[in-house]
Amino acid sequence: MTLNLHGIWAIYRFEMARSLRTLWQSLVGPVLTTSLYFIVFGGAIGSRMQSVDGVSYGSFIVPGLIMLSLLTQSVGNASIGIYFPKFTGTIFELLSAPISSMELVIGYVGAAATKSVVIGAIILATSAFFVPVVVEHPLAMIAFLVLTSVAFSLFGFILGIWANSFEQLNFVPLLLITPLTFLGGSFYSIDMLPQPWRTVSLFNPVVYLVSGFRWSFFGRGDVDIALSLGVTLAFLLACLAVIAWIFKSGWRLKS
Amino acid sequence: MTEPILTLSGVSKTYKGGFTALHGVDLAINKGEIFALLGPNGAGKTTLISIICGIVTPSTGTIHVGGHDAIADYKAARSLIGLVPQELSVDMFETVLATVTFSRRLFGRSGHSAYIEQVLRDLSLWDKRDNKIMELSGGMKRRVLIAKALAHEPEVLFLDEPTAGVDVALRRDMWKLVHALRERGTTIILTTHYIEEAEEMADRVGVINKGRLLLVDDKAALMQKLGKRELDLTLVDTLDRVPAGLEQWQLSLVNEGRTLRYVFDATQEDTGIPSLLRELSARHVAFKDLETSKSSLEDIFVDLVEERA
Repeated sequence: MTLNLHGIWAIYRFEMARSLRTLWQSLVGPVLTTSLYFIVFGGAIGSRMQSVDGVSYGSFIVPGLIMLSLLTQSVGNASIGIYFPKFTGTIFELLSAPISSMELVIGYVGAAATKSVVIGAIILATSAFFVPVVVEHPLAMIAFLVLTSVAFSLFGFILGIWANSFEQLNFVPLLLITPLTFLGGSFYSIDMLPQPWRTVSLFNPVVYLVSGFRWSFFGRGDVDIALSLGVTLAFLLACLAVIAWIFKSGWRLKS
Repeated sequence: MTEPILTLSGVSKTYKGGFTALHGVDLAINKGEIFALLGPNGAGKTTLISIICGIVTPSTGTIHVGGHDAIADYKAARSLIGLVPQELSVDMFETVLATVTFSRRLFGRSGHSAYIEQVLRDLSLWDKRDNKIMELSGGMKRRVLIAKALAHEPEVLFLDEPTAGVDVALRRDMWKLVHALRERGTTIILTTHYIEEAEEMADRVGVINKGRLLLVDDKAALMQKLGKRELDLTLVDTLDRVPAGLEQWQLSLVNEGRTLRYVFDATQEDTGIPSLLRELSARHVAFKDLETSKSSLEDIFVDLVEERA
């Protein structure tokens, strides 16, 4: 069985074209949000805060801010990408095409992750206008950027297949992703938390993502870098396993 | 008519709720023929097509397309198939050319092709190629769906209820296209619940009802079976039996003796009606009204089921 490269490319292009049609919202949104965060957290509140681990508060929140957008964008893009064909009925074509489930996933998740990485880079560039940004381990940073985008795009893909309505599609990011990100040390070091919340936080997978990403910037994080990488990879593999099961069983796709 | 391009053996489908949509269907479709799947709404036509195309998983049975197993070797099998669904499911925000190119690529072919232009021209869509699909009329959207299904040059084309809600112009164009495709050797399988449509289009007809394929026959043979019509004569005076001397018409008395019924074959040169009417007036059997009716598709199915039982 040969790889259907044309098919993957078709889906990837289709999804990227969808993003380009809404280029304005895609780019202006994250840039504006980031600027607001810097004005509120960096400027107004941050100026009254001590530095965290020797890093000024404004700089400290840069990795967390990027992660926040990365997670939201990945889940949002990948979930709508696969939910919309289900909603409009055009999914019949995907199901009847000579394309494997993994090829479909590469197309959809690849496009969603690409968009997230681009947005991450834009936020990073925007941040540099407000605070000094130094990246100690650029390769690790890129690796985390890509891994997180892919992992959460996979998660979004699952969400899009699961969802039966637009409400459900918005419900999970609102109730799960946003709280986990905010409580995952995006804007603080979990060392700042009193017990038992510090221990509770260690059950939040986003803590490991933010921590690892922060390590690539400043050379230190809340948890060990190897552990961060391990948890990110484990999450990615878990999502892949769920997707493999979905396509094997036809859950919510085929009757 | 040579070797079959599509074979189904023992294909059945029972949905999770316990409803059985298909009961062990066996079918062989010849290369290059136009096959009409005829049946009322809910007969299992769309389920059958969906199973062949990979949208619905069969509960039992095997399917081979061009010799390829539709599950084990689904890529090879599916690249031979194009499907025009019943619903107008298209990407509203895409342009015509973009969506047709997408379909071609999705089925594993390179996007750049003079073939796409040809398909769009054949379907009078070339001038609309840069229009967004949402700007098109319903008939045009259906043309787009046909173009998408043809984009990868399939050998087998499925048309699910192709004329449902379609205007006369499109209907005519569609038949022209179907014949042109057949000239090129494309096998066409269409579903319909209109006998006339099957008659107009197909080489062979399969009749399906309640998930069972009742019979598969050449169109001519089937049309003769299905061409039965009824002549009902409403009598002035009720009768308790058919008058003597009218045996050759095999009449029956219905409606408590108020109606005399004659079943005839409309495809015959001599329907027997003029002679019957002459004979009736000679015997002073008076009637106040007369009505002919085609047996409905439902009646035909009942007949077919009884015939088989």
